[in-house]
Amino acid sequence: MTPFVNPRIEHEPAIAHLEPFREFARHAPYLRDGARKYSRKICASLEDAVRAAGVRDGMTISFHHAFREGDKTINMVVDLLARMGFRDLTLASSSLLSCNAPLIDHIRNGVIRRIYTSGMRGKLAEAISHGLMDQPINIHSHGGRVRLMDSGELAVDVAFLGVSTADEFGNANGISGRSRCGSLGYAKVDAARARTVVLLAEEIVPFPNAPASIAQDDVDFVVKVDQVGDPSKISVGAARITSNPRELLIARLAADVIEHAGYFKPGFSLQTGTGASSTAATRFLEHRMRARDITASFALGGITGGIVDLHKKGLIETLYDTQSFDADAAESLRTSPRHFEISTNAYANPTSKAVYCDRLDMVILSALEIDLDFNVNVITGSDGVMRGASGGHSDVAAGANLSIVVGPLIRSRIPTVVEKATTVVTPGECVGVVVTDHGIAVNPNRPDVAERLTAAGLPVTTLPDLYRRAISLTGEPAPIGFLDKVVGIVRYRDGSVIDVVRQVKD
Amino acid sequence: MRLRRSMLFLPGANAAMLSTAFVYKPDSVMFDLEDAVSLREKDAARLLVFHALQLPVYREIETVVRINPLSTPFGRQDLEAAVRAGVDVVRLPKTDSAEDVLELEREVERIERACGRPFGSTRLMAAIESAGGVVNAVSIARSSPRMIGIALAGFDYVMDMQTERGDGTELFYARAAVLHAARAAGIDAFDVVYSDVNNEEGFLKEVDLIKRMGFNGKSLINPRQIELLHNAYAPTGEEVDYARRVVAAADQAERQGLGVIALNGKMIDAPIVNHAKRVLQRAEASGLRK
Repeated sequence: MTPFVNPRIEHEPAIAHLEPFREFARHAPYLRDGARKYSRKICASLEDAVRAAGVRDGMTISFHHAFREGDKTINMVVDLLARMGFRDLTLASSSLLSCNAPLIDHIRNGVIRRIYTSGMRGKLAEAISHGLMDQPINIHSHGGRVRLMDSGELAVDVAFLGVSTADEFGNANGISGRSRCGSLGYAKVDAARARTVVLLAEEIVPFPNAPASIAQDDVDFVVKVDQVGDPSKISVGAARITSNPRELLIARLAADVIEHAGYFKPGFSLQTGTGASSTAATRFLEHRMRARDITASFALGGITGGIVDLHKKGLIETLYDTQSFDADAAESLRTSPRHFEISTNAYANPTSKAVYCDRLDMVILSALEIDLDFNVNVITGSDGVMRGASGGHSDVAAGANLSIVVGPLIRSRIPTVVEKATTVVTPGECVGVVVTDHGIAVNPNRPDVAERLTAAGLPVTTLPDLYRRAISLTGEPAPIGFLDKVVGIVRYRDGSVIDVVRQVKD
Repeated sequence: MRLRRSMLFLPGANAAMLSTAFVYKPDSVMFDLEDAVSLREKDAARLLVFHALQLPVYREIETVVRINPLSTPFGRQDLEAAVRAGVDVVRLPKTDSAEDVLELEREVERIERACGRPFGSTRLMAAIESAGGVVNAVSIARSSPRMIGIALAGFDYVMDMQTERGDGTELFYARAAVLHAARAAGIDAFDVVYSDVNNEEGFLKEVDLIKRMGFNGKSLINPRQIELLHNAYAPTGEEVDYARRVVAAADQAERQGLGVIALNGKMIDAPIVNHAKRVLQRAEASGLRK
């Protein structure tokens, strides 16, 4: 009997190598099952989801870190994978924070063998800096992570993505439901690139869940969990609000630099990174923008309540949000028609077809160390232990017209301006201005900016001067003791290696 | 005319603050060896302040040391350390009479001679903290040629007056008395600290009052208050324009050897010219009021 609905085409040579049509549901059997048609992605438990996703030893699993210190997903999934007996996994979270300390045991017992991350803090970072892992971790920027995925080096087998709401088809966002992290800018990348995508949803809401930050056509499985994250802890750690007079002084100087560096014109664009001073700088901008009758066309990146405030007041027209740093930002993303969620691919991937960071006029970035060549370290602390994240630092520094790096000249008793950075994350060529509480240094490759800031009466000096001043106050710090073993490889945003982190000596 | 709008208090035993406070650029820093230092830290604080005074980073800021009263076991040691380390001004707490200043002056003279510091280079100021001190403010202010100013210290004063800090009514007489004494003696006058550091509005209200009264400035306990204070004391664009014209007219009159200065047909006398110079000095230091 002919398999063809239309028997007249059975012996047609032109279609001999093609599959004959047999029945409408042959490749979509769920269409014949009224219940399964809608619920086929729903898993009864996380364990079922792991099985359905086909996790095997040695695979690469990925996560997003939009909940920052409030994340519940990473630890929950890795705990379960350990209990289920998986081993030798590569963990690719967009970043890791202090809350991920429970991973230490899973590294020790062989569940996790390799790590890709933007950064790490706390006990986990401490342990890895002391040689916990056999293989060095790879530290990437936010844009560089997408690049590593697209190059094939970081091939994610299963992405486990925590969301506050999803419908049963897998349309998900972070702006509805109970635990709202706001933008799912990191997760969008994993959803689009991972071989298998599992959504961990705090609430499964009726179809259609809109807007769909993560779209149904990227999602394989959906499972309901009790809690994916605690949004009240998003602003703990890197993104904090300050009343510290020194950080406020630096913030005010940074705002002065923004005002006078030559880009403060109608329609300018800016990004304020995390860190107390850069976050605080936004609060000093309002007056300056009003006084000169200047509004910004857009603000980018991690969006904070301070930026949202300027947006609400009409001073920043549009917000492009890869990560919402507090509840105000998440709420604005939900309610403002000009506050858009963007993926880190659209934000900063150097091999993407276009990235927003290339359109930036100015960015304020933090630093743990700045060396005399303007190279910036945002990974290792003065004790050589990892305590930070690459984040969007090198991406935005490369793309923006002017990068302003802020930090106190001295932290506790250790200078921030150093002869040679312990770890280079962002090359000095991309850093235009360094703002400290003791003065401002301008990269010699930006004489135009130096001239404008000097003319505006700002305290412009040089990095060697700041360095000498720091040393005169603190004395020469003893060098950090390192062993030979490499514990971290710092990947520049294009995938190349810019530095390594070595094991610290006890 | 030295600009003395802000005098930032720094606890002498706090090494971290001593090593960073200059970045806030107050007009004066006051290293405190007295009430902000506990008994068991008196020696440590004195040693820290002795070294801080010699840091090059403090060369551009007027340095003041508040010593313990000379009647305590610490007062003379504090004074030895401060004068020998090159302090600009010694601040005497709890000054009740001119005799308190004169006693201090004798000690300073002795130490200057002993360490070879130029005679008279150590300046003095007195903090008035009691009803008696307020009543004697004129003689205290006029007590020594070394005196650069007197400061009202509100906390002890209101205790002495059997009242408490409020909307300023409680300081009404003391502020007026201290200010008049300072002006009569030709020295500076400093208002009390405002301790509710998170209340910017209240602070600015008080600054507005004391600025209009005529105080040179205020003692401050948090660096965050410096910028607010300096901005409140900064002139407006119109004030600067007028001051520039006054000074230009005065210069022109001097060049032409005229005894009388006129601007737009109006007579201008020396106090107006001095005031104009002060306006320009404040604008030079902190720009126009924002």
